[in-house]
Amino acid sequence: MSIDMSQFYEVFFEEAAEHLASMESLLLAIDLGNPDGEELNAIFRAAHSIKGGAATFGFSDMAQVTHVLENLLDRVRKGEMALRADMVDAFLQAGDVLKGQLDAHRGAGEADPAEATRICAVLSALESDQPVVPVKEKSELHQFVLTIAPQANWTQDDVTKHLEPLGRYKVLEAGDVTCPWSVALETTQAELDLLEILAFIIDPEMLNVQAMNADSGEAFGFLDTDQVDDPDNQFGFFAPKAEESTESYGFFEPVGNAEAVQPDPGYGLFEPVSASAPSPTTAGGEGYGFFEPIQDKEPTKASEPVNTASVSTPTPVAEVPKSKAPEKAAASSESSSIRVSVEKVDQLLNLVGELVITQSMLAQTASQVDSVLYEKLVSGIGQLERNTRELQEAIMSIRMMPISFVFQRFPRVVRDTANKLGKQVELKMVGESTELDKGFIEKLTDPLTHLVRNSLDHGIEAPDVRVAKGKPAMGTLTLHAFHQGGNIVIEVSDDGGGLNRERILAKAKERGMAVSDSMPDSEVWSLIFEAGFSTAAQVTDVSGRGVGMDVVRKNIQAMGGRIEIESMHGVGTTMSIRLPLTLAILDGMSIAVGNEIYIIPLTFIIESMQPRPGEVKTMAGKGRVLPVRGEYLPLIALHEIFNIPPKVTDYDQGLVIILEAEGQKIAMFVDDLLGQHQVVVKNLETNYRRVPGISGATIMGDGHVAFILDVAGLVRMSQSSSQILASLTAAS
Amino acid sequence: MEQGVIEVHEAKVNREILVFTLGTEEYGIDILKVQEIRGYDQVTAIANSPSFIKGVINLRGNIVPIVDMRIKFNLGKADYNEFTVVIILNIGKRIVGMVVDGVSDVISLSAEQVRPAPEFGTVLDTAYIQGLGTIEQRMIILADIEKLMSNKDMALMDEATSTS
Repeated sequence: MSIDMSQFYEVFFEEAAEHLASMESLLLAIDLGNPDGEELNAIFRAAHSIKGGAATFGFSDMAQVTHVLENLLDRVRKGEMALRADMVDAFLQAGDVLKGQLDAHRGAGEADPAEATRICAVLSALESDQPVVPVKEKSELHQFVLTIAPQANWTQDDVTKHLEPLGRYKVLEAGDVTCPWSVALETTQAELDLLEILAFIIDPEMLNVQAMNADSGEAFGFLDTDQVDDPDNQFGFFAPKAEESTESYGFFEPVGNAEAVQPDPGYGLFEPVSASAPSPTTAGGEGYGFFEPIQDKEPTKASEPVNTASVSTPTPVAEVPKSKAPEKAAASSESSSIRVSVEKVDQLLNLVGELVITQSMLAQTASQVDSVLYEKLVSGIGQLERNTRELQEAIMSIRMMPISFVFQRFPRVVRDTANKLGKQVELKMVGESTELDKGFIEKLTDPLTHLVRNSLDHGIEAPDVRVAKGKPAMGTLTLHAFHQGGNIVIEVSDDGGGLNRERILAKAKERGMAVSDSMPDSEVWSLIFEAGFSTAAQVTDVSGRGVGMDVVRKNIQAMGGRIEIESMHGVGTTMSIRLPLTLAILDGMSIAVGNEIYIIPLTFIIESMQPRPGEVKTMAGKGRVLPVRGEYLPLIALHEIFNIPPKVTDYDQGLVIILEAEGQKIAMFVDDLLGQHQVVVKNLETNYRRVPGISGATIMGDGHVAFILDVAGLVRMSQSSSQILASLTAAS
Repeated sequence: MEQGVIEVHEAKVNREILVFTLGTEEYGIDILKVQEIRGYDQVTAIANSPSFIKGVINLRGNIVPIVDMRIKFNLGKADYNEFTVVIILNIGKRIVGMVVDGVSDVISLSAEQVRPAPEFGTVLDTAYIQGLGTIEQRMIILADIEKLMSNKDMALMDEATSTS
């Protein structure tokens, strides 16, 4: 075959990865007691699809593992074997092995062949266990050649009468008074049993039973021979399959059906690959599914395959290249989506950003011309602004993906870690459809994994401890994602033992950190983010080394987010990660302080007002408050925080903007409110560094740089004036 | 000295140096680190930043911080007019601008023209000085601008990311 398959490799890799992922998530979600038939089918189809593709491209290691996997899956989904927990574990491990092999073929790492062999052995062992469900007794089939001496005086009737109940038979040589009968028999009975049964019928001296062993090449037309070492004879033997799907990688359609004799093209071109495939003589379907053990006793079908064998053997060879096309068509019609590289989307986003800047420049210029004279121009620019806004929203949504992409790996992580630690944990995931920027999805995985492991290791107690405390033995770990203000919040909550305040304080003192016993809880919890901090008594390979939490916090801050902890002793702990929702473009109000212009993101602004003279009150001489609709809000002056000489100092001459961030409201005093703008956010930290109170920068219509306020940071700053001073000295 | 060993390897290759003046001294930096040279205008001040960090500018869509070397090293007169020169540097992954008194020329120095610097005598910490170049009567102080800009003192980068 001279077709270069390597150009299709990438498609196979991506699709196989998707199949593996869906297989894993289905396996994790499956209900052992009452597995859903459709789910089992879906798992089977995933494995089957991987096998077909792997075989086509010559990835025989993957084909081998998937073949064994598929056999066991097939039996489970047909109800012949009950699904057990150890089977699910084996399936999951097989998935891991396949992932490793896939990565190796992609060029990233080495696959471990010993691991593949091991998992094949495990799966085969599981399959050959006596089935728990006696629905369809699947037992071994043996082939014998019976030689019946002429003295027995057997006739054809005898053959029919006695042998038919035993199984399928075929007369090789009809006997009569001089010649012995020679009959090939395929039966579920073992040799000894057969002899016993026949002893009732025939004098043992006149009967010779010879078991057919695997080496004899002739199959006598019986359909089932697991002759792994002798591939050539086996092409074209196929079994009536009970039902099978349109996917027919390597399976030939049941010949016995009324439909076409023509087998569906399959990837029927693979050799039973290697000696390492375990080959029991049981009907395990070794030989890559060319033949199925006969399940029903239908002797009529036996003869047909022999005839069609010769017809179909040449066809599989020719069919292979063609068959890929219909398969691809089938796959792509399921979901109409296109794979696009991330760079293209980013470039698109940048270009739209520049478009917004240009459009706002035009808008600014247009606002200065005579709107009556240039009516068309002005209205055209208004139209442009609407179009640009819609375009930008659409483009930004391309990069947004549901957070389920991050969450989907956690059922597995929780399951494995909980098993390893001997704890019982139920994982709940809420808000999986909450969307966030794609760039965050990759960066969130590590910190979240760390938090989840911490919860499992330190938070949730062992089942007996929990019961002693009056809690249910099964702990609950909740991953909750939601939008709040301009942020996305992800919470990792457990109902474990909570953080131990005394231990943390003791550890901090031990390390010489400046702590006091009267520190508020929130500050005590923040101590665990210090490098090297761990109150775990022992280091496990899951956690405890104290290298995790500071890295977690750093990673989250690098994304422009924050992490906070709430905990109650004996009740549980919640860690909240807050990330900005949109990176690139936001709506803001521009305000003036002195000669500087700042932008406040619109999502934080509640209202603006001008206080009346004397409305602003002081507290304890330091803090200022402003009554707004019945509540007293702390007042901060931007010119004080940023050390800018203001144009107005009297509160009733300037403007107060009411902001809300993280559930807290503050009043911010500025000189004036200039206007509303849509701005492209530029990262300040690309070339500079983080400035307290500033979350980014933007380029105004006239080319000037304006800073965007970090409202949440300002809210925190407002919480005590001592903190304002601290942040000022740290910045300078 | 280690610099001598390095120079032996580089003996075959002449270094291209951009020479600029700060006060009465001439400094030279690797031309490959220089992205462009421009004037000084429209700088937006950053709140609560050190006095030598003038602020940021919009360089074709990028936010670039501007440092005034004359203030930082107390050389020359820090005034801003149409003759003020800003050298835009491309250091590693960052773009940074520095205000200098003037830019003179680009020269090519061979290894023989570079001498080791004594341990004292200049404003810059000698860790940043790669050597002294001699051309005719001029002495060019060759500075490792990347190391200089990454230094904590310059406060241009967060500590986590600074290279020094």
